[in-house]
Amino acid sequence: MKKEFLVYLGILVLAIIFYFVITEPVTFSPAVSLIIIALIALILIFIFIRTIQGSFVGRRTVFTFVAISVVLPFFMTIEQAIRTSPEVQALYAAVEELKPGAKVLVSFDYDPPSAPELQPMAETFFNLCLERDLNVIIMGLWPQGPQQAELAMQKILDEPEIAAKNLEYGVDYVNLGFQVGNEFVIQRMGDNIASMFQTDYYGTPYDSLPLVRNVRNLSNIDFSFNLSAGYPGTVEWVQVAVDRYGVNLGAGNTAVQAPQMYPYLRAGQLKGLLGGLNGAAEFEKIAGRIGKGTKFMVSQSFSHVIVIAFIIIGNAAYFLGEKRRKQKAAE
Amino acid sequence: MRREVPLIITAVVGIVFVIQYFIPHYPFNKLNGWFSDWFSIIGACAIWLGALNLLKISADKVYRKRSGWGYSVVIIVSFFVMAVIGWLGGESFRDFGTSFDWMYRFVYTPLSSTMFALLAFFVASASYRAFRARNLEATLLLLAAFFVMIGRVPVGDAIGMKLQLPDAIMPSSIAIWIMNVINAAGQRAILIGIALGIVSTSLRVILGIERAHLGGD
Repeated sequence: MKKEFLVYLGILVLAIIFYFVITEPVTFSPAVSLIIIALIALILIFIFIRTIQGSFVGRRTVFTFVAISVVLPFFMTIEQAIRTSPEVQALYAAVEELKPGAKVLVSFDYDPPSAPELQPMAETFFNLCLERDLNVIIMGLWPQGPQQAELAMQKILDEPEIAAKNLEYGVDYVNLGFQVGNEFVIQRMGDNIASMFQTDYYGTPYDSLPLVRNVRNLSNIDFSFNLSAGYPGTVEWVQVAVDRYGVNLGAGNTAVQAPQMYPYLRAGQLKGLLGGLNGAAEFEKIAGRIGKGTKFMVSQSFSHVIVIAFIIIGNAAYFLGEKRRKQKAAE
Repeated sequence: MRREVPLIITAVVGIVFVIQYFIPHYPFNKLNGWFSDWFSIIGACAIWLGALNLLKISADKVYRKRSGWGYSVVIIVSFFVMAVIGWLGGESFRDFGTSFDWMYRFVYTPLSSTMFALLAFFVASASYRAFRARNLEATLLLLAAFFVMIGRVPVGDAIGMKLQLPDAIMPSSIAIWIMNVINAAGQRAILIGIALGIVSTSLRVILGIERAHLGGD
């Protein structure tokens, strides 16, 4: 216990020192970035050779490399060519088809742990909607969802081209807040949205909000977008809102959850899908707005390459171990 | 009566929910609305119950000085700090610039994101130890993982372009194919299996054959 607290204290002291010493953002030049990449590659080759010689690496080495591969790219100035996948293109096309004034329901079904993946999607989606004069109705089936929506919306409203539109709360966008009840909330919304959200996030009565005054149930919604990190989330929206009430649904999911959505995507129950940080970066590219998704992709690329490198090293270690075992057995 | 009443409630609510899906008219639509509202009310009470239970368990751990009691102290202190800051903020406690908003954005969010980020280390370590080409099935899994991992990041296509690969066998194209065909097929099979399991378990619960949810022996 004491050792752990000492480690925490050390990290805290380091964070404070860095906070006060390094006041300007640090960026590596392309040359320095290349040198760092070359160094990491050389160390990995060294580890591979050592593994072949019979000296296997421990998990702490793997952890260190993952940490390096995630952190260092934040300081690098590397541009990557991002290709957009069909599911991202389909989501963008579905939003593009909506006419100005169309009502878009966005459900925030996640909390801060998943924000690094889902928040960039939310920001780009809001930007796209507000740029096209679509009306945004926000809600959440997770307690912290509407608060995450507020953060994303505030960021987008501060962007010059959106700020110039002088959008008004309650008229152009509204946050209905959180409602407990998981899929039952969606089911009730199919008949009567006001019964689930009698007031908005700020306590304003539902009927006092011009944007939603005439929105009685899900049939008055033109498009729905769900940002999900688990239960309740996209699966529940598909099973209730899409299958029962015929809602047009698009989704943004964490990378862990996204593979489960492909059957719905293939069946046409989902109009489009953003999967993980990669989906966020692709959506930013197609929407022409560079955000955190694109910036974080360098980190993601590095960490994937490092994991692949360690899988190769792990297999080398396995085959060598097997070979030695067989040799010993033969002796 | 302690067992019969919950069993009757379960059976009635279960049957109504099944019927209202196929007959969304009076009286089933009305009953569906009532039961859904009850569910929301019970859910809201459960949030309080969960929070109070967490406090009780943590306080008990600290009182008895069980292993890791220091973490329970952190839970209790954090719980009350957030609650008090929220209460002091009044009705607009979540607005931008309030103390609660500051705590949410600069304490709670980074801490919880850090916990989730630990997954990267576990995944890397697990991949290093588990992804071994032991047999045909493991090798296929390894290959699929390789292509999805390299194909879901731009560096995969960058390598593909350097090697002048045709578009059809670019890492991203292979990853998309794996996700859309192999993964979707596997997920469908799992979904159908889960759905059948849910139907049979639900029927057992509604009919009172399965009584584990009532607790006790």
